[in-house]
Amino acid sequence: MAKQPVLLEAKNIIKDYGNGQVLNDISLQIHKGEVIVLVGPSGCGKSTFLRCMNGLEQIQAGQILLDGEVITEGKTDWPKVRQKIGMVFQSYDLFPHMSVIDNIILGPVKVQGRDKKEVTEEAEKLLDRVGLLDKKDAYPRQLSGGQKQRVAIVRALILKPEILLFDEVTAALDPEMVREVLDVILELASSGYTMLIVTHEMQFARAVADRIVFIDGGKIVESDTPEAFFTQPKTDRARRFLNTFIYAKDGEKLTSDSY
Amino acid sequence: MFDETTVNMLIEGTGATLYMTLVSTLFGYIVGLPLGIILAITDKTGIKPNVVIYKILDFIVNLTRSIPFLILLILVMPLTKLIVGQSYGSAATIVPLTIAAAPFIGRMVESSLKEVDKGVIEAAQSMGAGTFTVIWKVLLAEARTSLLVGVTIAIGTILGYSAMAGVVGGGGLGDIAIRYGYYRYETGIMIVTIVILVILVQILQGLGMMLSKKLDRRQA
Ligand SMILES: Nc1ncnc2c1ncn2[C@@H]1O[C@H](COP(=O)(O)OP(=O)(O)OP(=O)(O)O)[C@@H](O)[C@H]1O
Ligand SMILES: [Mg+2]
Repeated sequence: MAKQPVLLEAKNIIKDYGNGQVLNDISLQIHKGEVIVLVGPSGCGKSTFLRCMNGLEQIQAGQILLDGEVITEGKTDWPKVRQKIGMVFQSYDLFPHMSVIDNIILGPVKVQGRDKKEVTEEAEKLLDRVGLLDKKDAYPRQLSGGQKQRVAIVRALILKPEILLFDEVTAALDPEMVREVLDVILELASSGYTMLIVTHEMQFARAVADRIVFIDGGKIVESDTPEAFFTQPKTDRARRFLNTFIYAKDGEKLTSDSY
Repeated sequence: MFDETTVNMLIEGTGATLYMTLVSTLFGYIVGLPLGIILAITDKTGIKPNVVIYKILDFIVNLTRSIPFLILLILVMPLTKLIVGQSYGSAATIVPLTIAAAPFIGRMVESSLKEVDKGVIEAAQSMGAGTFTVIWKVLLAEARTSLLVGVTIAIGTILGYSAMAGVVGGGGLGDIAIRYGYYRYETGIMIVTIVILVILVQILQGLGMMLSKKLDRRQA
């Protein structure tokens, strides 16, 4: 398969919140249609990396390129760039004072200036796709966490972004709701969306990813196919990380083979 | 209990007090709302951080707020005279009331807007919302309950200030209370004016709280 063009690229980026480097020379290319899953221990810089990619955090060095154009130098029109880079957060962040449908159409109508009626119809179709059409007039407080997160995904989708960033979108959910959200993302992956996903759900990572990128200490330590990463991690650090997801009886010796 | 002229005077005084309070609140918000918005967005954690603008406005607000209202009333008399043509009566009182109210309202607006969840603001920014959209559709829309509670507090406070203006012939119920209660020892009239003031505050508070509850979608 011929490689698709690079859609979003990080070149040697360095991020420092003012108390040491959080991202330490990270470079990553995301090709069109590719699904990359970022994994790594807590605090390694995954969220920071995603936030840098759509300008929520400023980087101290390096470049970010979208469709081959540098977006981190000069005067970037962030509102315009961000319409192409959708992001969904762990805490859903729906607008509490707006109904589900209003949450979804706000972006297309107010930001993109699209026709309200047309957008509403589209929003209803998308809601139907995630099984929430009957909730369109509900308010966020009336929804379960899983439902809120599906609405948040629809809210990002309707802007027709070129790439979607997901930051631990199931981390705040009760176990029985994790599935319904991950299924939506799996479906998006199979319909060809380009995605950069941060997750602690290893089974899901394995199923959804074209490539797994393992970050530790603000650096990319491994970048491999899911098959290779989960069965034969190259580094000790990755192996140790993967072992933290394995539960064994009576302190049995833990190896990555038991995964 | 009172003769007709007294009753008429009390009715007129009530009208004048309401007039001063509401008009000053309106003017106070015309200045204070943008002020509060600018304070909220230019602060360190705001969506358009700008130390210089924030510090300057912050200083002006603190300065104005630290001047006791009675002093301010006298200080701005020349200005009042310039704008209204006279320095006494209810119309004239609106000038110092507005000057006193605006920074105080600005602070309340600032703190209401700062209560808006950062995540929700970032979600809007991630959708490509620009500064104006974030202010209008997220900050003001999401803070509206708190903003309305602020309006209620502002009205109550300005009503109190307007009564204080009575000391220097500011018109309204405060004026009546001072003239009759303080200078002529007609305690009856003074008590009635106080009762009316209390009732006014209660009604306005009640209305404000009711409205803000009605507009709150966050709770069942
Ligand atoms: N706003 C901030 N100011 C200062 N330091 C921060 C800030 N945000 C994150 N950090 C620090 O940067 C490092 C990376 O944080 P980040 O949230 O990116 O990690 P993460 O990989 O997403 O972790 P988790 O898996 O727990 O979500 C941490 O050491 C964190 O303390
Ligand atoms: Mg994180």
